Amino acid sequence: MGIPLPKTNADTQPYWDAAAEGRLIYQHCLTCNKSQFYPRSLCATCHGGALEWRESQGQGTVATFTEVLRAPTAAFKELAPYVIALIDLDEGFRMMVNIVEGDMERLAIGARTRTVFREVDGITLPQGALA
Amino acid sequence: MSKARITGAFDTAVGELPGSTCMGLHAEAAMGAVADAGLRLADIDGVICAYSFTEPHLMLASVFCEHLGIHPDVNFAIQAGGATAAIMLMQAAALVESGQCRHVLIVAGDNRITGMSRDGAVAALSEVGHQQFERPYGISVPASYALVARRYMDEYGATLEHLAAIAVQHREHAMRHPKAQKRGDLTIADVMASRIISSPLRIFDCCLISDGGAALVVSAADAAADTRQARVDILGCGQGHTHEHISQAPSLTDFGCKQSSAIAFGRAGVAARDIDVAEIYDSFTITLLVELESIGFFERGAAGPAALDGALGLGGSLPCNTHGGLLSYGHSGAAGGMFHIIEAVHQLRGTADARQVSDAKLAFIHGDGGILSAHCSAVLGRV
Ligand SMILES: [Zn+2]
Repeated sequence: MGIPLPKTNADTQPYWDAAAEGRLIYQHCLTCNKSQFYPRSLCATCHGGALEWRESQGQGTVATFTEVLRAPTAAFKELAPYVIALIDLDEGFRMMVNIVEGDMERLAIGARTRTVFREVDGITLPQGALA
Repeated sequence: MSKARITGAFDTAVGELPGSTCMGLHAEAAMGAVADAGLRLADIDGVICAYSFTEPHLMLASVFCEHLGIHPDVNFAIQAGGATAAIMLMQAAALVESGQCRHVLIVAGDNRITGMSRDGAVAALSEVGHQQFERPYGISVPASYALVARRYMDEYGATLEHLAAIAVQHREHAMRHPKAQKRGDLTIADVMASRIISSPLRIFDCCLISDGGAALVVSAADAAADTRQARVDILGCGQGHTHEHISQAPSLTDFGCKQSSAIAFGRAGVAARDIDVAEIYDSFTITLLVELESIGFFERGAAGPAALDGALGLGGSLPCNTHGGLLSYGHSGAAGGMFHIIEAVHQLRGTADARQVSDAKLAFIHGDGGILSAHCSAVLGRV
């Protein structure tokens, strides 16, 4: 059994379709001007429905990270050790990625990252690279 | 309004219990708690259950009552991860204080070691991660808490030694408890040299996985006359909920325990400084460290040095997790959080033996579920 692949739904399908094209998109609320991630059916800040898809430049900052040595399932044990990070994108949203590229010596809270795309088992996952 | 009381408490053996079953542990704990209260099963008119990994069911509370052969007036299950036991207590108190029940049994148990293996439990727990936006990245519960730990250490100067001191303190407490799962010597050097699970957390920063069950009886004040134990009142409860997935947490250093404890203290009419003994969810060393500071028992950055200095020990300023906690006593799912409450009851009754905090009058209990997501606190008092 491989890694758990995203089970897309109507709220998230545009996101995964864009990822397959190498683009990182997110929702922006036209009412309260907040960006949000992950994609939802409404704005989790003002609860309005005026959401617009926007494309991120993919530039961000490491909010925190961990190197996983003890992975949760057999598929991830084959990949371990791997790094999981929470990235604060410049457009004002936070997402989880693996850091898959760059000089790991520079991995630290506050380090700058860019988004890269990696295909796994037929799906494209946005990932992080140290800038 | 007269406050609800805890009138019965019982926990089974914990650890690796060959031959144990989920429902068997439930039944043993339930019978024990009802007997401890001096009641008969027929006196129980409400039953609240939690959830199980080894015998999962959509209607676990109905399954349990069927297993035991009882037909209560009120019966349902609660699922809030590590906050479940505390929320069950809060809900039981509400049922008896509102007059809907007289004696409510709350019970949880799971045979997580013999029924599913450590690997199985770790894999099942990783499903609390977001299916689309976390799990494809290999998230696990330890990795999620490691994300908090890294940020916390960066912001407030907590060190690996501080985390290790918490693990060692729990072991010292467990060594005074004859039922604890882990009672061997443990030093700060042992913890700091142990295997890394998800940096910066090591194996001794992580809770145990156990078989075990626990139950409590919560009674209305006017019904408590039917019972036989020293009086323990539920003085105030509160909850706080901010997110489920760690990538969605509004803060990585401040959590819903701040709200849940503030509400519980307010309803009890006490402050953090009045608490004699605290039994606080310790799924990881960082969990306790963050909660101690977020709740306000210690200033920011002070809980780690205080732990290193023995503040959480029996003679310290805040004796904490005196049974050894999830780190060294045992952790069998929702029953894990109930062990904390049972220890608080022992402390308030004065039956904690070698672990007794002298003259303990006010206890604080707290559970957190998910990744510091769902919180429930309660203040218990000897009256
Ligand atoms: Zn909005």
